[in-house]
Amino acid sequence: METLSFRHTAAHALAGARAHALVGVVGSGNLEALFERVLDGNACVVEVVTAVAGYGAVWSEVIADFVQRYSPGGLRICIHDGGARPDTVALRLAQGVSLMADDHE
Amino acid sequence: MNEAAPQGGEPAAPRRTGARDPQLSSWFESTARQRLAGLLDGGSFSEILGPEQRELSPHLRQFGLPPAFDDGMIVGRGRLAGRTVLVAAQEGRFLGGAVGEVHGAKLVGLLRAVRSMAADARALLILFDTGGVRLQEANAGEVAIAEIMHAMLQARAAGATILGLIGGRAGCFGGGGLIAACCSGLIVSEQGRIGVTGPEVIESNQGVEEFDAADRALVWRTVGGKHRRLIGGADAFAEDHAESFRSAAIALLERPCRFDLEVTVAEHARLRERLARLGDADDAWAIWARLGVADPTRVPDMPAPEFLELVARLQDERRDAR
Amino acid sequence: MSWQQRRGERNERLGAGSRFTNGKIIRAGEATALLEAVLRPGDRVCLEGDNQKQADHLAKALLACDPARVHDLHLVQSGIVLPAHLDLFERRIARRLDFSYSGPQSTRMARMLQAGQIELGAVHTYLELFARYFVDLTPAVALIAAVSADRDGNLYTGPNTEDTPTIVEATAFRDGIVIAQANEIVERVPRVDIPGDQVHFIAPAPAPFFVEPLFTRDPAAITETQILMAMLVIKGIYAPYGIERLNHGIGFGTAAIELILPTYGESLGLKGRIARRWALNPHPTLIPAIESGWVEQVHCFGSEVGMEAYLAARPDVFFTGSDGSLRSNRAYCQTAGLYACDLFIGSTLQIDPAGHSSTVTLSRVAGFGGAPNMGSDPRGRRHPSASWLKAGREAHRGGDAALMRGRKLVVQLVETFGEKLIPTFVEQLDAVQFGARLGLGLAPVMVYGDDVSHIVTEEGIANLLLCRDADEREQAIRGVAGYTEVGRRRDRAAVARLRQRGVIQRPEDLGIDPLDADRSLLAARSIRDLVRWSGGLYRPPARYRNW
Repeated sequence: METLSFRHTAAHALAGARAHALVGVVGSGNLEALFERVLDGNACVVEVVTAVAGYGAVWSEVIADFVQRYSPGGLRICIHDGGARPDTVALRLAQGVSLMADDHE
Repeated sequence: MNEAAPQGGEPAAPRRTGARDPQLSSWFESTARQRLAGLLDGGSFSEILGPEQRELSPHLRQFGLPPAFDDGMIVGRGRLAGRTVLVAAQEGRFLGGAVGEVHGAKLVGLLRAVRSMAADARALLILFDTGGVRLQEANAGEVAIAEIMHAMLQARAAGATILGLIGGRAGCFGGGGLIAACCSGLIVSEQGRIGVTGPEVIESNQGVEEFDAADRALVWRTVGGKHRRLIGGADAFAEDHAESFRSAAIALLERPCRFDLEVTVAEHARLRERLARLGDADDAWAIWARLGVADPTRVPDMPAPEFLELVARLQDERRDAR
Repeated sequence: MSWQQRRGERNERLGAGSRFTNGKIIRAGEATALLEAVLRPGDRVCLEGDNQKQADHLAKALLACDPARVHDLHLVQSGIVLPAHLDLFERRIARRLDFSYSGPQSTRMARMLQAGQIELGAVHTYLELFARYFVDLTPAVALIAAVSADRDGNLYTGPNTEDTPTIVEATAFRDGIVIAQANEIVERVPRVDIPGDQVHFIAPAPAPFFVEPLFTRDPAAITETQILMAMLVIKGIYAPYGIERLNHGIGFGTAAIELILPTYGESLGLKGRIARRWALNPHPTLIPAIESGWVEQVHCFGSEVGMEAYLAARPDVFFTGSDGSLRSNRAYCQTAGLYACDLFIGSTLQIDPAGHSSTVTLSRVAGFGGAPNMGSDPRGRRHPSASWLKAGREAHRGGDAALMRGRKLVVQLVETFGEKLIPTFVEQLDAVQFGARLGLGLAPVMVYGDDVSHIVTEEGIANLLLCRDADEREQAIRGVAGYTEVGRRRDRAAVARLRQRGVIQRPEDLGIDPLDADRSLLAARSIRDLVRWSGGLYRPPARYRNW
């Protein structure tokens, strides 16, 4: 098991009113990600607990691309990973942002 | 296109099997949270100890396993056709829905909370999806099962209706099967499986000649939803979507459920009678034939409406025995 | 000098074999004795077996032969599939091998090849091996499988006819001996698939020949990523090229395409415009598209377990015999896939930056089957079609436009990572090292890069026809290789330029939102749903049932 943490400054804060959202399930080849609107301004922190060690560089790129694309400012995102492939990681992150950007609480 | 006429009696398939409407999506495929969303009145669910509270398993990290924010057990309250109910849902994809310390404690707490509801409105639904106790926290899990059963019987003695809904990937096995047996009513779908010892465990203990766990048709006709419904092990049969589980649950909640010595004695008598009647059958087909099914081999492929007619024809009296 | 030496030799062998038969029927328990009498050391033998059906009773009988009498055989057959096939080499009954496919034995095959226990001729495509049956790999003895036989030797091979007519053609008409196992001996066969005068001996089999349900894909296992890729293929390739005639490989990705034709395909208004005519095994996942009226015609390599009644009930779509059941024929269907289809799409285990692909890894030799044949641009094609010409125009690099060739589309559909996070994209194929280590003289490449027209991953579509040189091609491939090492070494600026030119198309370039790639798009999400779609005619094997 490996714990990773990534800190980014997004271009802007993510719109929407939702305080938190959970997507996915911790299972083989899958992950859960908890999105919380708890950080100031454009900060974005992604914390990863993964069952599969040794993929730090890949995580770093996937998350950098995600931050650049969706600008999730203000979010802390905590991931519990059961060995998901990068495309699944990207998909879950996109799903979470889409929920958080919702106007409804 | 005469040859195209269905021979198996199956209704025409829908053009599209499921919309994103949570009530219509497959129960078997859904996550625990999706099932709750489809089961309860729209938007009525409020979670107790939600993921943001981070009530994580203290044990899994020692085994190199990432925890889950809800420990695979989602508890809370919501409304079902306007009536307030407590709900618990197991996430079968997280460690096979297995019961650990936190997972179990959340259900125990909910079962205790049911007694604080109004005396004539105590209702709790458990959406099962579990292979049993979590190996990594086996002692805590076993204790949790005992505590859950204790709390269930207390709640039922206090007049609560506790319904079990079974139709997930992991089925309802091990301690889950014991908990299910303590419910006042069970709703099962075709995909649902109920048992204590799982098929793979039976095979490894008794040999493949005794039970071939890879023969899925055999597994399902032995522990699957249709069999459990036919022998009276489950009280209602649902189709594989939340809407069907929902209407079955609404109907079962209406049914009065007593829980006292008289009922228990009667249930034991029914179990004895069932064992005497069916105990020497060597396959579910033989059991169904004895129950009066004309063509037992057709039962697994029977569409739901036809199966429900069959059940109605065979079971004119209520059978509590599981 | 005699011009009939072979015939004389055959008649001698037939005489030796007839001691164990009543007429053509081999007496119970005498199959091995007959084989020992008929076979000579070093014989070229075809023990029928492909990726589906197996002459398993005869395989057992051959394995029971005395290696002192029967040895050093040269097996020439489509499939090394049963454990008995490799046991023959361990017992030294067989020594040399020419084959096509070894899926279920791929690990043991790799081990035995590396240990020198098998003298390998070559790994072929099916069609290529069949072709060699008529030139330099003609069997002396063929051991084949039939459903039923009559006393004259007429055979009914049923829906799983597959390789049998080709094997018998090459053997019987070149003075070889044809021995068939049959599930039952009948007065009159339901239809004559093999005429009796081409069959010399019949071995009644104690059990029906084994058939693997190889083409059954459970829709329950299809992922959102595979659905996204299926959407890309339909909207980004099938629609713009107007693909009407095609072949699909075996994976979950192509199953996803089949299952979203009646939903996503329908929503794009493509019904009747694409995916009408197929060279394809009877995939259960094609049932919803057939039932929705998408499919006009399907010719099959083989059958599929459980599909028999459904196929017999849909003669407007499938090729059926006078008895009403499916007639499959691998050689004809492979030819159809090569010459009469405008597109092949399939998956693979490894792709390199030049677009070469292979399913051989150092620990697994699964062979080729039919993919390299289907997945190649036939230089002998001369009939035009709109999609073939459009692809030809894209690939055209100067010269007289009037002399332009068309181009078959060969699409590789792969996820950037496979099981257990193993990358699909690699800098060098394992096949290269494997071929060198075994001195094969040819690396076992599944599809050569110059035959590939498109690579589709969850990252998008790379159109290799539009690449003007090798560098562009490499960057186009790296550009859809995602977060694999190969993908992370891309030249980001070059990839951006390729995207601007439409060489690389991302999902959003095609107006596809990955969040729409949802399992609700699947016309069937379980085997149970497929049974429903078939009106109860599809009878899946027990292992695929969860009801």
